[in-house]
Amino acid sequence: MEQKFLDSLKEAMDIEAHEINMTDNFRDYEEWSSLTYLSVIAMLDEEYDFQIEESDFRKLHTVADLYNAVNSK
Amino acid sequence: MSAAVPRRIIKNYEYTQYFPAEQVKEVVDKIGINERRFADESTCSSDLCYAAAEKLLADNNINRSEIDLLVFISQTPDYRMPATSIILQDRLGLPHSTIAFDINLGCSAFMYGMSVVYSMMQNSGLRKALILDGETRSKVYSPKDRRTAFLFGDGGVAALVERDERFGTSYFSLNSDGSREGLIKIDAGGYRKMSSAETVKERVVDEYGNIRSEEQGYMHGADVFNFVIREIPKDIKALFEYAELDNNSCDYIVFHQANNFINSYLAKKLKFDTSKIPSTIAKFGNTSSVSVPLTIVSELQDQLIGDKRLLLSAFGVGMTWATAIVSFHDCKISNIVEV
Repeated sequence: MEQKFLDSLKEAMDIEAHEINMTDNFRDYEEWSSLTYLSVIAMLDEEYDFQIEESDFRKLHTVADLYNAVNSK
Repeated sequence: MSAAVPRRIIKNYEYTQYFPAEQVKEVVDKIGINERRFADESTCSSDLCYAAAEKLLADNNINRSEIDLLVFISQTPDYRMPATSIILQDRLGLPHSTIAFDINLGCSAFMYGMSVVYSMMQNSGLRKALILDGETRSKVYSPKDRRTAFLFGDGGVAALVERDERFGTSYFSLNSDGSREGLIKIDAGGYRKMSSAETVKERVVDEYGNIRSEEQGYMHGADVFNFVIREIPKDIKALFEYAELDNNSCDYIVFHQANNFINSYLAKKLKFDTSKIPSTIAKFGNTSSVSVPLTIVSELQDQLIGDKRLLLSAFGVGMTWATAIVSFHDCKISNIVEV
């Protein structure tokens, strides 16, 4: 479950060069931008039927925050 | 139907006066907008619509005295008053008995305009109606705000509507959510916050260094995207259910040309056959309410002969969103005019 989420997030953000971990702050990734943000939103909708407003998304910092938000729905 | 676009082509990959080329490339690759058309300083939405209307009237040999209704759709009108439709009535040589008014709504407005015109024609003696839909969005957004600098273009369309039993039934779903007024907006220049020296001053508006004035538009793209993926598929499914139709019963599906990323995602999510989805996003960009009819004129010329059923879907500023299932019967489409 956790690994699948990490794989999906990696793919959505087009990350190939490094691994990602639950404790990472995803905004620190070199690949993070307003454009990858859209891809992440699309992935969350498609794979988890999860939608989140920008104002709520701003409160999420780590990969774990995002994972927990998706699973708490 | 007919359309007019400005002659001037803006090539997005070369639109690098305010942002570095590699950043521009990243954005343009994602949104899929290669070119747009920009009207010059003296050309308004109404001028594009006027050119489209003249072409339509001439190509179809229409008697102007039979046009009983003129609806002009735009959020970039000539003046705050009078309504641009009235000026176009005179300019097009239509009779004083023509009913003319403007619809100010944004990207979903063409379907609203169709619905209003169809309703008005249903139970009245109105013979012919002209829907003119034009936008010069290039004049609305700041070229120094990367959230919007690469998206918008200009265009105008004209559609002639006639009432006849042979046209069959059309269906509309029109929606509004004013709680999201702040997603796409121009803050100043209306009567809530009137024009002043302050409102036209350019300023840095965020941590990315984007620059615009309060009289230029802004957009929270991510929230718009969120909104679209939540509401649009739902609305399309609901209208199909109501009409007892499905996507297989539609010959073409025309989405609002917002950007390629959104449209590809919607097509995938709705499992639509992409060969039925014409697109002009690469060559005209987002022309707001004009994008749906402009795509029909540009991509479906000679394709709407006989009986054809189209699904139209659009969303935008408001927020408003609209879905329509429209029957076309021998719809003649003129060549696009360049102004």
